Amino acid sequence: MTHIEPASPELGAVEVHGMSRSSFILRGALTAGAVYGAGAVAPFVSSAFAASGDIDILNFALTLEYLETDFYKVKAKSVGLSGPAKKYAALFAEEENAHVQALTKAISAGGGTPAKKPTFVFPATNQSSFLKLAYVLENTGVGAYNGAGPSLKNPAYLAAAGSIVQIEARHAATIALITGQKITPDGAFDKPLTKAQVLKKAGPLIKM
Amino acid sequence: MSESTTTDGRRPAHGAVEELVRDDVARKRFLKMAGRRMGAGAAATSFAAFIAACGGSSSSSSTAASTPAATGTSTAAGTSSASAAGSGDLAIVNYALTLEYLESQFYAKVIKSGLFHGANLSVIKTFGAEETQHVAALKKVAMSLGTPASEPTGKFPIHSAGQVTKLARAVENLGAAAYLGQAGSIKSKEILAAALAIHTIEARHAATLQFITNETPTPDGAFAKPMTMAQVLAVVKPFIA
Repeated sequence: MTHIEPASPELGAVEVHGMSRSSFILRGALTAGAVYGAGAVAPFVSSAFAASGDIDILNFALTLEYLETDFYKVKAKSVGLSGPAKKYAALFAEEENAHVQALTKAISAGGGTPAKKPTFVFPATNQSSFLKLAYVLENTGVGAYNGAGPSLKNPAYLAAAGSIVQIEARHAATIALITGQKITPDGAFDKPLTKAQVLKKAGPLIKM
Repeated sequence: MSESTTTDGRRPAHGAVEELVRDDVARKRFLKMAGRRMGAGAAATSFAAFIAACGGSSSSSSTAASTPAATGTSTAAGTSSASAAGSGDLAIVNYALTLEYLESQFYAKVIKSGLFHGANLSVIKTFGAEETQHVAALKKVAMSLGTPASEPTGKFPIHSAGQVTKLARAVENLGAAAYLGQAGSIKSKEILAAALAIHTIEARHAATLQFITNETPTPDGAFAKPMTMAQVLAVVKPFIA
């Protein structure tokens, strides 16, 4: 296990072939909402977790899980992975999909309407850029759940979110290990992300 | 190099830890939990204070003042053990503090043992330093609520790199399950935010040790399982002198 400086844990650093980055890296989902119609990004739009109801937060999480599932299922296939990357992408695809199912159920059971799965676009063209993006996505997932957790009013939802975020953290560490990036990028305390911060990272991956 | 400590024989305590850590029966699946009422506590406050105190992100406010006396309904159940003092959030913080003390001591001993070198040693040092930071942060919070738990004296079997790695793996999985088990019982939003920030670090550590020992990074599958305070303390007991 070597520790190489994280190549650059920002989406912006992910290599993109064949398209200008600005063509899909929109300026955050709020902008995306304005351009494409709020429907596309509805679960991402609202200023702060604290202002959101539980169902909104669960739908926000659901959208992230859709994104991760699509990434590991569909994008992984189109990129073509091998070795540990292939093995773990397959495992993580299943687990993210289980999160989608659980959140969908929880939202329905709570009287809400589960967000629809958006269409995603991932700036990854090979195994290396796929893994870099995986690292960003998993760490963003950790930060998103940790940021949203204290705003959940229903303790059952908090328990569920905790159960899921631990898996995201385990995924993040695994990706770090196979790519030589930092296992604990924030040091001893994972930093919670605000909704706006999550949007900045994940919003650009949502396409109409 | 999966499994059972029974093969390397001499450490029954270690085997017991692993068994308990993996004991599906004792723990509850999340879907079941969804129906279960956990601690109350929905008072909306900002949760910046503690995180700021931890050197985490952004904004800060005053110290994590909470309501120590406020009788933790469900939380009180597991606190009968000697190592966790106080009630409500203080009991939970002291419980976490006790676990972090043990983890920190464990890694210190492992580093001293000379069993690890190179990249593995550097990972162990990183993890040890992070546990020590958890101790410092939790101690501060416990002091703001009342009296912090005193530092226990840990005793850990340190024999071989393989055995120690497996023990570390068990310890980190236990830690992650322990934090997860408390999330729903913490009243203060600040303390909850802190616990979440530490919880995922334990998870990262656990996944790393799973990975190093050729085990799946997600031994519980897609949903991590919590453990109650009583369950965790029972596992930890043999490691306290």
